[in-house]
Amino acid sequence: MDIILPELGEGISKATVVCWHAKVGDMVHLEDEICEVTTDKATFNVEAPANGRLKSMIIPLGQEVMVGGLLGTIEE
Amino acid sequence: MEIIAEDWGLVDYTEAYQRQRVVVNDVIATGRGRLIFCEHPPIVTLGRLFKEGSLLFTQEQIKQRGAAIETVDRGGDATLHAPGQLVVYVILNLNLYGRNLKSYLEKLQQAAVDLLKDFGILAVGIPGQRGVFVPRPSFHSSKGSRSSMGYDKIVSIGIGVRKWVSYHGVGINVNPDLSLFSFIKPCGLDVQMTSMAQLLGHPLSMGEVKHKWIEFFSKIFKVNILQ
Repeated sequence: MDIILPELGEGISKATVVCWHAKVGDMVHLEDEICEVTTDKATFNVEAPANGRLKSMIIPLGQEVMVGGLLGTIEE
Repeated sequence: MEIIAEDWGLVDYTEAYQRQRVVVNDVIATGRGRLIFCEHPPIVTLGRLFKEGSLLFTQEQIKQRGAAIETVDRGGDATLHAPGQLVVYVILNLNLYGRNLKSYLEKLQQAAVDLLKDFGILAVGIPGQRGVFVPRPSFHSSKGSRSSMGYDKIVSIGIGVRKWVSYHGVGINVNPDLSLFSFIKPCGLDVQMTSMAQLLGHPLSMGEVKHKWIEFFSKIFKVNILQ
């Protein structure tokens, strides 16, 4: 299951990953906050889209990701 | 729509943060937002975009001068809280406001601009910058000043969002000791901080500023605020 950066509102096209709350191999649950991104003056917590094990963190700390872009994956 | 205003008075930053988390969980569960007014003892907080160059002293030197330092989960760079700065934590269900971070930040900014205008202070937002600024009248003669932008900053804004509920909020310089801001580049900017009291030339009632924030916030966000 892909972890996608959701829509953050009109006028925001990308965000920067500032924190991963889990590491690869960790069990995560649906709606757990697993990744924090920042845009402008706001931080936003991205939630796990499914139960499972965090398989990959595609975007490392400090890197930007586009809205709709792939942050990581969960193995269900 | 109704939200509740609370006044926590002068409260330690870390304690307020823990209490804020409890309120966030409550708002996630109930949907009913809160406005929390408070002031903090001197503390430099480092947001998620903090850069080392935003501290103008070492962390040890800042602590020796009486301010704590803490890393926090809000957007933005370094900022400072101190008594005399009105901090407003806005815990709001953004599902009710179209899930738009940019629009939410702009509304917070507008509430601050309107409040300041009511006190006779012409303040503006600057494209590309968050927060509220006032034009610096002496800009052309301010050689050596830190305010290379031609503006002084009076309101800082930084938020976090969990499950589309906002937290953190704004810091309005009502009458803080402005010398404390010499510890940092506020928000990483070469800008000098000012205050309502400095601009107006007289002290202000914190209660009156809170009252006005409620008035303008409720208009912009179209909410009734219960006190």
